[in-house]
Amino acid sequence: MNNTDIKRITPKNITDKEFFYGHKACAGCGGSLAVRLALKVLGERTFAVLPAGCMSAVGFIYPQMAFVNNAIISTFPGAASMASGISVGARALGLKDYKTVVFAGDGGTADIGIQALSGAIDRNEDIIYVCYDNEAYMNTGIQKSGLTPYGTKTTTTPAGKNIHGAQTFKKNLFEIMAAHEIAYAATASVGYPQDYIDKINKAKHTKGTSFIHVYATCPTGWGIPTEIAIQIAKEAVDSGLFYLAEYQNRNFKLNKNPKSFFPVKDYLLKQSRFKHLTDNDIKIIEQQRDEKWEYMRKHWN
Amino acid sequence: MSKKLFISGDEAVAIGTKLSRPNVISAYPITPQTVTVERLSEMVESGELKAEYMHVESEHSAMSAAMGVSAVGARAFTATSSQGLLYMAEGLHYASGGRYPIVMMNANRSLALPWSIYGDQRDSLSLLDSGWIQVYVEDAQEALDMIIQAYKIAENKDVLTPFMVNLDGFVLTHTYELVEIPEQEKVDKFLPPFQTPNKMSFEEPKNMAFSTTPADNLEYKYQQNRAMLNSIDVINDVDKEFGDKFDRYYGGMVQEYRCDDADVVIFTLGSITGTVRMIVDKLRDEGKKVGLLKIRYMRPFPEKEIIKLAGKVKAIGVVEKDISFGYEGTVYTNVNSALSKLDNAPLSLDFLCGMGGRDVSKSDIYNMFISLFKAVNGEKQKRVQFINMGVETDE
Repeated sequence: MNNTDIKRITPKNITDKEFFYGHKACAGCGGSLAVRLALKVLGERTFAVLPAGCMSAVGFIYPQMAFVNNAIISTFPGAASMASGISVGARALGLKDYKTVVFAGDGGTADIGIQALSGAIDRNEDIIYVCYDNEAYMNTGIQKSGLTPYGTKTTTTPAGKNIHGAQTFKKNLFEIMAAHEIAYAATASVGYPQDYIDKINKAKHTKGTSFIHVYATCPTGWGIPTEIAIQIAKEAVDSGLFYLAEYQNRNFKLNKNPKSFFPVKDYLLKQSRFKHLTDNDIKIIEQQRDEKWEYMRKHWN
Repeated sequence: MSKKLFISGDEAVAIGTKLSRPNVISAYPITPQTVTVERLSEMVESGELKAEYMHVESEHSAMSAAMGVSAVGARAFTATSSQGLLYMAEGLHYASGGRYPIVMMNANRSLALPWSIYGDQRDSLSLLDSGWIQVYVEDAQEALDMIIQAYKIAENKDVLTPFMVNLDGFVLTHTYELVEIPEQEKVDKFLPPFQTPNKMSFEEPKNMAFSTTPADNLEYKYQQNRAMLNSIDVINDVDKEFGDKFDRYYGGMVQEYRCDDADVVIFTLGSITGTVRMIVDKLRDEGKKVGLLKIRYMRPFPEKEIIKLAGKVKAIGVVEKDISFGYEGTVYTNVNSALSKLDNAPLSLDFLCGMGGRDVSKSDIYNMFISLFKAVNGEKQKRVQFINMGVETDE
């Protein structure tokens, strides 16, 4: 289907039905918002697969099941392969008109789950894989993952005199997915919900594997007040530390290309995970951002 | 009319799987399982088998995908061996806890280190506690037949437990024999399509594979154990029904050979059974009262059958291709646990052999019987004996 044929889902026509509620996620949780919005777009004929992580931990505590649609917890490394099995198994039984979606965290995706995910994309399984990225292993108590940004204080990358938090940069997940020549990949942020909804909708209408990397605030792990959870998710994009982009038919596209960036320092220092950063650390972060944007502006669109 | 084909154990498994009409096969190649999945992919290609073949990128994903398949109520098959079995170990516990009646072939092979592609049974025996039904077959015919029976047993509503069919690597997977191929029509009558209440559907949406708190967990584990115990009756019933339909009875949990009036019995697991059977015949010809008990199922364990037999004999030898380092063979431990329930248990010896594919000859088996007779006559014997060691030890 041509992308322009897809009926747009907006705040005016989005369903009032809820598919994910009664869960025990923290106030201001970006991950639970990402799940909630995605399921409103995907609808009730959806199998949801969640590996170990925040959303499975808060959504399936017997006997309080939080999903209205079919949902299942997979092993930590096996979300993409279990979703593949569901998608293929249902097809083998002759089921029609259904979707299979994964909701996995950054660790479950970029670290322990990347092998199964790579395999699923290679087979072009008819699944949608949503990675809600809260930039650390939050469910186990804020440990560093492959998507933890440079300088982040986590419980395994303490900020001390010698080392100022995480010393690695975020793994280039979106481009790793695109390198598979995946049917559709996109980045999004819970700070830009309409953009996220549009991308989930596009994934819904894509045959084959779709991947959506959604930046998802974690007030508990990041040390921010819950009421600025959405604002922070916007500022991450506005400061250029996260970007909104799509990949389809071998083309990269930047959805938002700001002329000037929101000050990185203002974004970072609101969060206690970055409070220790020195001016030099911030310079390193800005420099890395600028290099990335130079590359994207030159090669994408 | 059923026909006979000259095929390998791996091919027998592939044909047994085809006859069982799985909806999806998810598998990753590993020696010596490969021929099975090659044949299955050929059958899918030719249209002879109407199933989806998933080329997963690892054994972990093979099991994970199989669980997804089973979770929507479709019939899943996978196959592995050795390192691959251990790589999916997380999934084994997950599948049994989730009560997904997946059937898997495991080609018994040694575990690294040191690397060895040859047979022993340390892979599956190290996963006895994973909640899977484990059967060990003696030949290619039994391998084929047990795949069909496996689905029938695993999918029984009182069982709903995954099922592992074990066959010795190379000795069974890669040797050829005449195998009778059951007719599809008869298999269809014996094994109806998979029906389960334990699935996600749009008519009745479910949240599956959830978390429990300490307040509920034990009850789930109790039920899982009950299901495994329930399988004992189902195994015996299915064996009978299969025998009635296809004219091959395997004895259910165990198969006795010349055990009536036997003083000394050797217990076996898998393909070594044939060699032991020959030596039993030879010793019987010499007037020795010997017998053989082929342990078919390691889980559930044939405790009742072993106790019944052990009450009548003087000595039991366990032949196994396995060791639990720092103790003894795992089959021996399990057998002795059953014997401990007898007031006057017979003496028992453990013969560890065949590890990493080492040959076990007829004379080795003969000597095991001799050792058992010596023990019966009061001559001290080592309880745990390493058979065919290439070096002298000072033990």
